[in-house]
Amino acid sequence: MPDLSPDAWTAIALSFKVAAMATLWGVPVSILLALILARGRFPGKTLFDGIIHLPLVLPPVVTGYALLLLLGRKGPVGAFLDQQFGIVFSFRWTGAVVAAVVMSLPIIVRAIRLSIEAVDAHLEQASGSLGAGPVATFFLVTLPLSLPGILVGATLGFAKALGEFGATITFVSNIPGETRTIASAIYTASQSPEGDGEALMLSVIAAGIGLAALVASEIIARRLRRTSS
Amino acid sequence: MIDVEIRQRLGDFLLDVAFSGGTGVTALFGPSGSGKSSVIKVIAGLTRLDAGRVVLDGKVLADDAGRHAPPHRRRIGVVFQEARLFPHLSVRRNLRYGRLFTPRAERRIAEGPVIDTLGIGHLLDRHPATLSGGEQQRVAIGRALLASPRLLLMDEPLAALDGPRRLEILPLIEALRDEFGIPIVYVSHAVDEVARLAGRVVVLEAGKVVREGAPADVFRVAADRFEIVSVVEGRLGKPDDAFQLTPVETPAGIVWLTGIIRPEGRTAHVLVRAIDVALATHRPVGVSIRTVLTGTVAAVPDGPGPSVTVDVTLDGGGRLAASVTRAAVADLELVPGRPVFALVKSVALDERPV
Repeated sequence: MPDLSPDAWTAIALSFKVAAMATLWGVPVSILLALILARGRFPGKTLFDGIIHLPLVLPPVVTGYALLLLLGRKGPVGAFLDQQFGIVFSFRWTGAVVAAVVMSLPIIVRAIRLSIEAVDAHLEQASGSLGAGPVATFFLVTLPLSLPGILVGATLGFAKALGEFGATITFVSNIPGETRTIASAIYTASQSPEGDGEALMLSVIAAGIGLAALVASEIIARRLRRTSS
Repeated sequence: MIDVEIRQRLGDFLLDVAFSGGTGVTALFGPSGSGKSSVIKVIAGLTRLDAGRVVLDGKVLADDAGRHAPPHRRRIGVVFQEARLFPHLSVRRNLRYGRLFTPRAERRIAEGPVIDTLGIGHLLDRHPATLSGGEQQRVAIGRALLASPRLLLMDEPLAALDGPRRLEILPLIEALRDEFGIPIVYVSHAVDEVARLAGRVVVLEAGKVVREGAPADVFRVAADRFEIVSVVEGRLGKPDDAFQLTPVETPAGIVWLTGIIRPEGRTAHVLVRAIDVALATHRPVGVSIRTVLTGTVAAVPDGPGPSVTVDVTLDGGGRLAASVTRAAVADLELVPGRPVFALVKSVALDERPV
């Protein structure tokens, strides 16, 4: 066991919780967006694509700030959610999930979109000629054939969510036990004179988790490709 | 019963096609680029109709008024040139796919007979990637049939296969046609396939119907004498095992096919190229040719050039085209009404190749 403070362990556990929830929400949303981008034809598609990818190029602080403006208690969406449903994101761990979803979305969408585009549209045609409507065709043909890409997207998204820092700290701050994830904990530790050891330890752990996720996704993808061909 | 009327701009030419098809096989025949596949796409609902209509069993699937039933509501099966099997599903699941979407009351076609007829029983647990091209196509045909379609479209289903594989699948399609009673629209540019399978042929050229009728009538007309083909219909007799020949009994005489072809008693369509037919005014002796058919000269077209295609009415009603030189026409005094013997080389004959 590495010599870590209870606070650090809390941060690790919280990071896993946030990343898992972000993946759980992010993947279905990404599948929908990827499908629209891969198969849809509508005006403004390029702009739509751009907006989804924006978090990839913006400074994360800007994304976090935008979330704060929109979803904060006084923001238009945040105020509505608070008054109507009692849902509050700002300065809560659920807000960290929202930030992680937004930040990991471009990566997940990209991976899934590529694999949906790789599905032979002729197979979807064949499915239609056998009586399957678009929804049935999607679930029986397109989705299973894109599974490798979806899994790769999910693991990449998970790794990204685990390491998210800028947007998270801007949107939900750095509250121990509520919004202090591994990244925030490293930042906090690195800012205090006696925190060097802990910062290093947490960094190694973060790198280890990230690397494990990447390797796992590659192995899964390879195995899936082998069984489907 | 399918009723099709299409007027559609298609690249740089206009597709203007009207035909109807009933039970049995209606063939769309023509060179590539003649618009055959576009017709299939319109019938299947993959392309929207500009003008015209598609009516199946009295139900309008598409028309000028903007009606357009989506492909999955048409109950029209399609067999494409490539098998298009679902790679993530076993053969069995591929075959059962269409059944999921077929209302119980409309499941007319049972799995057993289809699997037996196509000979794919041993493949059920395999995955498509492990099948040969011919096996894949057989599964694709079975998959389309098992959705119990009201019409089956076959778009050059044998074009991607090599010679032996084609000959393996052709009789299967023939058996399906006779056994399951589904109307089939069959697209092909191969005379042998069309002549063998189709009851009616619609010939397309550059988007227009140029000829239409029974294969025997349609293939007697062609610009190039090497392409003129007659279809002689007869009954398969008892094969001669020693000499590896099969007789086809026709009222005008026996046509000998090379090879053993069964079953005895089945109706067979024999393709005869006009350039493989010689004419004689007396029954010849001392020739190697085995097939001698009796008939009467029906027409000798005028025209320039050294050779001419003589039209012979066979005894019993069939027709046969013979490509002969003008010199021979003059020598033998071949005029309409003159009885002749048509000599056909057996080696040039088969039930299928042209």
